[in-house]
Amino acid sequence: MEVRKVAFFEVKHIVKNFGGLCAVNDISFTLEKGRVLGLIGPNGSGKTTLFNLINGFFPLTAGEIHFKGRRIDLLPTHMICTLGIARTFQVVKPLKRMSVLENVMAGAFLRTASVSVARQRALEILDFCDLSGKREMDAGKLTIADRKRLEIARALATEPELLLLDETAAGLNPKETEEAVEIIRKIRDAGIAIIIVEHKMKVIMGVSEKILAINFGREIVQGEPREVINHPEVIKAYLGDYYA
Amino acid sequence: MKRWYPSAAVLAVALVLPWIFRAPYYQHILITILIWAVMGTAWNLLGGYAGQVSFGHAAFFGLGAYTAGILAAHFNISPWWGMLLGPLVASLISVPVGLICFRLRGPYFALAMLALGEIFRLVFINWVSLTSGARGIMIIPRITAKIPYYYMALLLLLIALVTVDLLIKSKCGFYFVSIREDQDAAESLGVPTTRYKLYALLASAFLTGLAGAFYMNYIAFIDPNVVFSLTNVSVMIILVVMLGGVATRWGPTVGAAIYIVLSELFRTSLGSASVLAFGVLVCLVIMFLPNGLVGELEMVKKAIQARTNGSEKSGLLRG
Repeated sequence: MEVRKVAFFEVKHIVKNFGGLCAVNDISFTLEKGRVLGLIGPNGSGKTTLFNLINGFFPLTAGEIHFKGRRIDLLPTHMICTLGIARTFQVVKPLKRMSVLENVMAGAFLRTASVSVARQRALEILDFCDLSGKREMDAGKLTIADRKRLEIARALATEPELLLLDETAAGLNPKETEEAVEIIRKIRDAGIAIIIVEHKMKVIMGVSEKILAINFGREIVQGEPREVINHPEVIKAYLGDYYA
Repeated sequence: MKRWYPSAAVLAVALVLPWIFRAPYYQHILITILIWAVMGTAWNLLGGYAGQVSFGHAAFFGLGAYTAGILAAHFNISPWWGMLLGPLVASLISVPVGLICFRLRGPYFALAMLALGEIFRLVFINWVSLTSGARGIMIIPRITAKIPYYYMALLLLLIALVTVDLLIKSKCGFYFVSIREDQDAAESLGVPTTRYKLYALLASAFLTGLAGAFYMNYIAFIDPNVVFSLTNVSVMIILVVMLGGVATRWGPTVGAAIYIVLSELFRTSLGSASVLAFGVLVCLVIMFLPNGLVGELEMVKKAIQARTNGSEKSGLLRG
């Protein structure tokens, strides 16, 4: 009899078709508790779609997703978050007419019904993400760097075990990027598993323990970061045949 | 200054108002203002805070009114029991309504609710055996003096304001506003959005039904074209809230006062042109006070605070 350890998070042969377009085609990977997986691929390769599938925004066409031994791909988005998977959005979605603090409190309410507990928890997280000074500001008035940070803070407030980060460093200047990497490392050190989509190699290489490269919704290669970014197919996907 | 002082002052003024305006006509206007304030406050919970704009609140108003009316007309039970049963019926009906309509978002939800209000109007016109159709239901009120009605209406408004305030300051309020601001973001923060929208609708329908049942008792005559009216109830609730300020605590009450007083003034001075004058006024408000009176005042207050504190205060608990 085959004895198999149940993975903390496992994606099994998932497929997503939008009409005739196959956005995600037979992707599989596993992730252990507290580890970081980098997800790379050219624009339109299906990275955000993959997040939308894990997160339950779209139903799968085929395949399964398991989290902590439980099948989650049929659950609604809010249940998936309750089980411990939180995400940020590439196109940030701040709750604009709420203050920064209230945004994070909205996340913290997942684990408590008490306003004072949620507030306390939100203040700690704002501190963790270096946003304390802006807590009374309307979220709609934040700069893009702070909005990206708010996305992370709000997701952390739901106390996830797995965090999906969608291009957290896009549009940030070098200094802000450095700070973002610092926050991601702090989250990893807190024992939260991360799947990170990113175009900035500095960020991906700085935090990932494993990388999955995809193109046209298909896996090109997955494995050690160095190995993956030097893989001829990956170079070809980004730069064309000439460089491979 | 303690935070509740202004509210206490407003309440004190409200308590003596009917002794200042002793003519029944003025007292009638005061009572009408209170009824509209209750309805506006109820609509504001769903439309203002939770962001689900309903064009069909006449359905819940009418259900409240007809529950009281039918109790009296068919079962010979005091229509005052309708004050208890009316809101219950309205919120009971709101559950299937919500489960169907909340599959739609934004303008589609608004249109579905509009259709719903019309459906109820037509059903109540044609279900003659139950509702006496367009002839309506008339009752003989036991109380004819205005003052008892005034204090009852004031109590209803108090109930509505306190209910909404408690909800808004709790976890519910945060979830309502987060749904309004971005439903997808809320859902991925673990907010069961459909369930919370249903809570908002339930509370809103309850309070609107309460206003309806009170209306039956006070006016003593209802017919479907009045209480299920699209233009005179469903749309007017929205205008009341917009005049005063969407998603503000006092907005609906202020809006109701302005709306009733102005529409009386226009009606007595301009006759049938009053609707036109009112329409122009609404356009002006939308153009120059898009946040409503209370909303604009708060913007000014915020700006002044920002200048004095150097930092900007904000949030959903404003008002």
